Amino acid sequence: MTPTSTTTAARVDVRKTYKLFIGGKFPRSESGRTYEVTDAKGRFAANAAQASRKDARDAVRAARAAQPGWAGATAYNRGQVLYRVAELLEGRRAQFVADVAAGEGLSARRAEDAVSAAIDRWVWYAGWTDKVAQVAGNANPVAGPYFNLSVPEPTGVVAAIAPQKSSLLGLVSVLAPILVTGNTVVLVASEDRPLPAITLSEVLATSDVPGGVVNVLTGGTAELASPLARHLDVNALELAGVVGAADVTWGELEADAAENLKRVRRPAGESEPNWKDEQSLESILAFTETKTVWHPKGM
Amino acid sequence: MTATSPARSTTPARSTSGGTHPATRTADQVAADATAVVGSADLSNRALRTFLHGLSGVDQVGLDGRATVLGTRSIKTTSKAWALDTVIAMTDLTTLEGADTPGRVRSLVAKALNPEPGDPSCPRPAAVCVYGDMVTVAKQALGSAPINVAAVATAFPAGRAGRTARLADTTDAVEAGAEEIDMVIDRGAFLSGDYRKVYDDIIAVREICQQRAGEPAHLKVILETGELATYDNVRRASWLSMLAGADFIKTSTGKVSPAATLPVTVLMLEAVRDFLAATGVQVGVKPAGGIRTSKDAIKYLVAVNEVAGEAWLDPEFFRFGASSLLNDVLLQRQKLATGAYSGPDYVTID
Repeated sequence: MTPTSTTTAARVDVRKTYKLFIGGKFPRSESGRTYEVTDAKGRFAANAAQASRKDARDAVRAARAAQPGWAGATAYNRGQVLYRVAELLEGRRAQFVADVAAGEGLSARRAEDAVSAAIDRWVWYAGWTDKVAQVAGNANPVAGPYFNLSVPEPTGVVAAIAPQKSSLLGLVSVLAPILVTGNTVVLVASEDRPLPAITLSEVLATSDVPGGVVNVLTGGTAELASPLARHLDVNALELAGVVGAADVTWGELEADAAENLKRVRRPAGESEPNWKDEQSLESILAFTETKTVWHPKGM
Repeated sequence: MTATSPARSTTPARSTSGGTHPATRTADQVAADATAVVGSADLSNRALRTFLHGLSGVDQVGLDGRATVLGTRSIKTTSKAWALDTVIAMTDLTTLEGADTPGRVRSLVAKALNPEPGDPSCPRPAAVCVYGDMVTVAKQALGSAPINVAAVATAFPAGRAGRTARLADTTDAVEAGAEEIDMVIDRGAFLSGDYRKVYDDIIAVREICQQRAGEPAHLKVILETGELATYDNVRRASWLSMLAGADFIKTSTGKVSPAATLPVTVLMLEAVRDFLAATGVQVGVKPAGGIRTSKDAIKYLVAVNEVAGEAWLDPEFFRFGASSLLNDVLLQRQKLATGAYSGPDYVTID
């Protein structure tokens, strides 16, 4: 019963134990484990669920179930849904700023900047949903009476390891482009700084994003990355967050992913990039497949 | 069982190695066994009623609790591998759709013959279960493989047809070569208390099964527990079917919800255990419908072992009626073999 401050001496701390986000619900880890999350100065911040490989399996199942619906929604509708998420992010701005400032040890001003950049980035990617096919697709000239069209299609279920250091801007830079084309995601949050990801999952739960489109696991990156890389029902791996994670390298994961030919996106370099600059169409196209159809012209 | 059950008092010591196979008995032996258990030579409606209503009542809360406890056992590693293979060997791979085509039945048979291409150590299901008119197709596709063809008969699933039609339905399936017949009881007659009618129906169908060329066809009697309303009725219907000579008692058609549940199966396992003690005849149990995951199936195996005993852990005495269960079991087998979670891309679509 430690009073939190002198002005509210009678108030007992509300100590938080967060849960996972799987299939639109907030379950505890199947293993029942939790771990302590500290802020940048090493003080207790909250308890987070420590997911196990079985939680990863459940998350993949949820993502697989949600994938046809999300990919089947019109591009315009996906854009609306993602834009709505940005609106909610804006509404929670204060909480994100506090999370980011405490977790990353930033000043209030720099945390504000990071949150603004993250929200702006989400809006930027939301705008791409109904434009990506025009830019990345093509009407191919062929020597015959056919229309020959190439269009980008979502890869399917993507397992994404979120950046370890940049807990919101990096997270959004990794997550948003995957969602644009209709992929569903199993996201492994930053091991030491999971709170913005957890808050984001609360935002997603109250937005119009269908349950299962984004699933957020907190816990040991090495423990979760390996079963996801080996999972035969995962179609692609985003390894941005392997940089700086303990006991795991992207090389091992890429080798595991080869078993069923997962599409793999390696981290950009040996250290985490400056996420301020990491906003590109290429991030969207990294998790698409090109579908080409031949259609006879009327004769 | 309590003293209200006359069954126990008439019995010799319970055998652990299993008893007589019910299909080997003649009609006279069936009648004699029934007479001994019921304690009345004429087996009139009144005598049956007195016997069935004298069976001890089922403690619903206790039964549900027992089933829940049995479902909490943790079965891992080598035990799990054994359990998964046993589940496959006990499966009646089923397709009972209005839209069944010969092609669909043939692909089901192909799956039964080779459930896991690339792994010859994978056991085969015990039987394929189809509608009566598909028996010929299934037999042809199976060739000489040691997999039985089970046919549903007697105006499945409702059983609401005249006696002549129901028996003709059975004759058709048996003559087409079905090794197993899954009949439905007349729930209307059972619920209105006309036990003798249900009894006579089963006897008549059994007669047809016994006349099959070569070996007699095994008779599974579907109680459709989802329509029997109470656990007491399930216990009575189980005993009534066993008295009439059922080789198997089966929970459901799969067309009514709820289908097979763990408590109902536990209850039926108790009934076959007590029937063995009473008559020395070992009857099988087949839960069907609604069992979709390996986890569920393994709970049933635990119940079989704990309630009825090891003698029932045999495809001859315990079966699962299922269609999608096999795929889930195969995925779990792959997971055990490789350590990596598998996905629906690696099993057949059916």
